Amino acid sequence: MNCPYGVRRESQKNMSLLQVRDLKTYFYTDAGVIKAVDRVSYDLKEGETLGLVGESGCGKSVGALSILRLIPNPPGKIVGGEAIFEGKDLLRISEDEIRQIRGNRIAMIFQEPMTSLNPVLTIGLQIAEALELHRGFDKKGARGEVARLLRMVGIPDAERRINDYPHQFSGGMCQRVMIAMGLSCNPKLLIADEPTTAVDVTIQAQLLEVIKELTSRLGTAVILITHNLGVVARHVNRMAVMYAGRMVEVGPSVEVYAHPRHPYTIGLLASVPRLDQPRKERLVPIDGQPPDLIHLPPGCPFLPRCSRRMERCSVEGPELREVGRDHMVSCWADID
Amino acid sequence: MNDILIEAKNLSMFFPITKGIIRQRRIAEIKAVDDVSFFVRKGETLGLVGESGCGKTTLGRCLMQLIRPSSGEVYLEGENLCNMEAEQLRLIRQKMQIIFQDPFDSLDPRMTAGEIVAEPLRVHTKIRGNELKEKVAGLLRVVGLDSSMASRYPHQFSGGQRQRLGIARALSIRPKFIVCDEPISALDVSIQAQIINLLEDLQSEFDLTYLFIAHDLSVVRHLSHRVAVMYLGKIVEIANRDALYRVAKHPYTVALLSAVPIPDPVVEATRERIILKGEPPSPIALPPGCNFHPRCPIGIEACREEIPSLREIERGHWVACHLA
Ligand SMILES: Nc1ncnc2c1ncn2[C@@H]1O[C@H](COP(=O)(O)OP(=O)(O)OP(=O)(O)O)[C@@H](O)[C@H]1O
Ligand SMILES: Nc1ncnc2c1ncn2[C@@H]1O[C@H](COP(=O)(O)OP(=O)(O)OP(=O)(O)O)[C@@H](O)[C@H]1O
Ligand SMILES: [Mg+2]
Ligand SMILES: [Mg+2]
Repeated sequence: MNCPYGVRRESQKNMSLLQVRDLKTYFYTDAGVIKAVDRVSYDLKEGETLGLVGESGCGKSVGALSILRLIPNPPGKIVGGEAIFEGKDLLRISEDEIRQIRGNRIAMIFQEPMTSLNPVLTIGLQIAEALELHRGFDKKGARGEVARLLRMVGIPDAERRINDYPHQFSGGMCQRVMIAMGLSCNPKLLIADEPTTAVDVTIQAQLLEVIKELTSRLGTAVILITHNLGVVARHVNRMAVMYAGRMVEVGPSVEVYAHPRHPYTIGLLASVPRLDQPRKERLVPIDGQPPDLIHLPPGCPFLPRCSRRMERCSVEGPELREVGRDHMVSCWADID
Repeated sequence: MNDILIEAKNLSMFFPITKGIIRQRRIAEIKAVDDVSFFVRKGETLGLVGESGCGKTTLGRCLMQLIRPSSGEVYLEGENLCNMEAEQLRLIRQKMQIIFQDPFDSLDPRMTAGEIVAEPLRVHTKIRGNELKEKVAGLLRVVGLDSSMASRYPHQFSGGQRQRLGIARALSIRPKFIVCDEPISALDVSIQAQIINLLEDLQSEFDLTYLFIAHDLSVVRHLSHRVAVMYLGKIVEIANRDALYRVAKHPYTVALLSAVPIPDPVVEATRERIILKGEPPSPIALPPGCNFHPRCPIGIEACREEIPSLREIERGHWVACHLA
């Protein structure tokens, strides 16, 4: 009532879309139990873009796939936690309900567009199929909508290219098709899993601009998974850093880049050469090897490579704690 | 100049595209490397960048004669490799080695680490027995692996360790020239800096000359003395590192540099970038004139008709652009 319009808008923008709490996804293999995702928690607001970074095998994809319950079982199993999306716990709703949400309220695009597209169907048919399935288009209507979608993601000469097969498209164009398909149902959330790793920087820039422009126009929230720290800096407001299945640092990206608080994040940012700075004589790497998820040390998984380790770290693993506004870190050391 | 180790003159590699199974008709060709000339000086690193499919790997393989080029010449210390017989080449190959992008695919899974590193020595030298064992142990230590790891198999190593193995193998016969074909692209960010430092250390210790192929322009600046930029089979710009990164002259290089995201949101928020329009054309159906003109933000009429040649516009700075 005495709430000015601007403030209400602001609070609406801050509405939480997805709350993940203590998510655990394990793989039970002959060699042992892989704790691919271990007690991961984060929030995503409506329309927000969250960047998820971390090295290969740290659980980024499994974490995202778990939300959609796309984990192969066996050997995988979601062991615990919740993922509240629009008021429902995605981990507990029925199989029918989650199928309704997949590709509809939550869309996903993957790293290798070529392998996600069916090689023997034309581009147009594949998108039309999705439209008929999820949005109740008839055949003719779908065709018009397909052309509109292809134009939307910047494919020139869209009407004619509808009849092309995937191999007639470059990698960048296939990824545009995936983006068009992902956004065709107007999802509330788009999970983009390394959407640009298979292309080079000029095409990467084009694709990320397309995703950014369309999702902000449609008000779609995005989880952008990438190992490229530059991509996160350019396209993401809030970021989460994972290491060995755990969330080690979460916060506004401006804050995390300026004042990283976890030794892993600090090491990562210090180890990459930067074009905007004078060339360094020597790079400063993070020592040691990537973690072996089956044989993690007790306590903190980063311990073997950490320059700030203390006695406590080998006894108990740290939990995420708040160290600044909206900035969380899981580390016993007080770093600022 | 005497300080040139390896030089390519008008080097081309065209792959035929054929149709039909029994009587293969040649219907087109891919100009993977198209009339390329450049040299690498002794002890220097020449960085080679360009988008996927522009011909970097093919160029590296042609230099080493792992594939025989369609035309042109390659001189290693003044000797033309392109008209050498197989036996002569075998001897020369000891001077050249290659490190591959994928440490997972490039090592034989049935061989132990020790056998992998020893293989070039067995092929090219008469070293055997204990002497060989010691040599292998020494090489493993040089690349930062424990010599006790010699009996392990590739799958028992991490990606970064496997890349170290590949480097140890390449070093074993004391080459002068190493083609590093995206040696760090498959590695985790936290491991990349380890391998970059190792490559630098080895270069000064063993006086190595590198052709360093990579996508990542920040890494290329860190490692290279000079940098060549390729676009669809042609070198479009080649210059000293600082000249290229400070005052790039070719519009493709300029776009490439502006597209590199900087890992700092504050810098990114204010950065000017050139987003190129369109896709690179197919290497089978190249446009007339300059290969880059369909995407070029500054092209003029002449660019559609005339292929620009690589000209030296400042000392040591070569550009293939009508407008440079
Ligand atoms: N089907 C499976 N069976 C067994 N282990 C699996 C399976 N899928 C994933 N894992 C394991 O789960 C862990 C997390 O994998 P995930 O794919 O989430 O990594 P990621 O962070 O996405 O890595 P990348 O950057 O390489 O894509 C890995 O250690 C992997 O070995
Ligand atoms: N053996 C071959 N037969 C036919 N075409 C080939 C062959 N090898 C390469 N090509 C083609 O030659 C062109 C150049 O390929 P090349 O592998 O040299 O590119 P690149 O610059 O190394 O790319 P990337 O960055 O993806 O490694 C591509 O169009 C490729 O499809
Ligand atoms: Mg993944
Ligand atoms: Mg290549």
